Amino acid sequence: MGNYYQEELECASREKIIEIQNAGLVKTVKKVYENVEYYRNKMDAAGVKPEDIKSIDDLHKLPFLTKDDLRDAYPYGLMAEPLENCVRIQSTSGTTGRRVVAFYTQPDLDMWEECCARAIMAAGGTKKDVCQVCYGYGLFTGGPGLNGGSHKVGCLTLPMSSGNTDRQIQFMVDLEATILCCTPSYAAYLAESINEKGYRDQIKLKAGIFGAEAWTEEMRRDIEKRLGIKAYDIYGLTEISGPGVSFECEEQQGMHINEDHFIAEIIDPKTGEVLPDGEVGELVFTSIDKEAFPLLRYRTKDICVLSRKPCSCGRTHVRMSKPMGRSDDMLIVKGVNVFPSQIEQVLLQQGLTSNYQIIVDREKYSDTIEVLVEMTPELFSDSVTDLAAKEKDVVAGLKSMLGIYAKVRIVEPKSIVRSEGKAVRVIDRRNLYKQG
Amino acid sequence: MAIKQLSIFVENKTGSLVKATEVLAEAGVDLRAMSIADTRDFGILRIIVNDTYAAVTALKDNGFVVNMTDVVGCVMEDKPGAAGEMFAALAEAGIAIKYMYGFAGKNEAYAIIRVDDNTLCEKVLLSKGIKLLVPERL
Repeated sequence: MGNYYQEELECASREKIIEIQNAGLVKTVKKVYENVEYYRNKMDAAGVKPEDIKSIDDLHKLPFLTKDDLRDAYPYGLMAEPLENCVRIQSTSGTTGRRVVAFYTQPDLDMWEECCARAIMAAGGTKKDVCQVCYGYGLFTGGPGLNGGSHKVGCLTLPMSSGNTDRQIQFMVDLEATILCCTPSYAAYLAESINEKGYRDQIKLKAGIFGAEAWTEEMRRDIEKRLGIKAYDIYGLTEISGPGVSFECEEQQGMHINEDHFIAEIIDPKTGEVLPDGEVGELVFTSIDKEAFPLLRYRTKDICVLSRKPCSCGRTHVRMSKPMGRSDDMLIVKGVNVFPSQIEQVLLQQGLTSNYQIIVDREKYSDTIEVLVEMTPELFSDSVTDLAAKEKDVVAGLKSMLGIYAKVRIVEPKSIVRSEGKAVRVIDRRNLYKQG
Repeated sequence: MAIKQLSIFVENKTGSLVKATEVLAEAGVDLRAMSIADTRDFGILRIIVNDTYAAVTALKDNGFVVNMTDVVGCVMEDKPGAAGEMFAALAEAGIAIKYMYGFAGKNEAYAIIRVDDNTLCEKVLLSKGIKLLVPERL
């Protein structure tokens, strides 16, 4: 009944999946211990030897890996293959330390693209489809991932990248795109534009694969109604590969994690203790067949819950809920990872105070970010021109740091709400995680 | 010779001027001239007062960001063309005005002018027979 890319793996028995995971884990642990000094030091410090890891039951013995490790090891410290075997990098936005740079061999790229192909086929895609990819292309994994997946399925691929909505709609109509891949907020924006411009009857879309940012069930239903499609969620992170780490099937009840490539755990973010399936905690991934950039027990900081309830689609892989929040203070705005500390760094560099507040909102389906910062005597001038120039400098500094436009508003001293003496740093009015 | 002008940062929202002027009133400060420069989000309230020290102290004590700037005050005849003559004199000397505001008295009119070089500005005005406003006359 299902539309699978790799049925034998996607619908494999639990025994088969565990067999794959055991073999992959043992192999990966041995490989990183032998080839990656950083891992060797980390494992030695934790008193774990490769031979201690005999199966996934021993996974909990391995130390966690966090974004701090990626920063310490930047750029080549976690490479498990010689650079000459790598063919690609992808990266997140942000400055060094916050920016993640991941390396891929050709088999790594194939694996990643196959995961995306599974997602496209789970959304009903076949080689007869026309797949319009309007995720950004380039360092961001969105465009390249879905582009590769679309090729693997054999769809006619429209590598649109992001932006230029009029052109997107024109191609969608003229080339009769049937599958749309983009962020949910851009899908909502496209839906609105299509309806406004009267193209609703001329589009042939049947499905959308939307990820890279949090979205609510209400938003899903709204997009589905306005485009006449079924909307599927997709999840991933550059560290692990990119989009396609997990994806939704027609059930739309959580995203199947590609367990033949990634082992998922849920931990208590405070104690690090592994929690049983069904409990809410932080998602941790271990890659078991990546060559260049294998990550063991990488803490995603995404809070979610796993379900092993059998799925009517026939896929046997565990399902994860939509992320319900973060165990760190990272925000995802317009699909871009934003840390308050990055904003603070820019403000201080520009001679402003660390009394600031970040307000994230969603207007007409598009995220907005505004930074309020308190005026100081040092900054103040009697000239409007001087202050406007200062504001412009801060906006440019933020743009360069974050990669997105953030509005800056200078406010009166002591006007930022403080709770117990501490400024409330972030106000997120999008209510993205309320549905749980 | 220069006149002290106080600039106060205010957010561009209803009621934000009330507190600043209340603070000045409580300190017994008399406003002699006032102007507001506005942008979309904030404004700069510029004032000239009878007691600069008392005003600055009261505003700072109440959490305001205040800046003190020297400005040039000039006294013109209250008649058509007087402002034009003053502007012409400054333009001729190559002096750019950053901002200004003006008000008329009983027989004279006054302008508060913000320029980069106050001394030069005052010299040019005097050479054209334009009188300067001195702090004592405020």
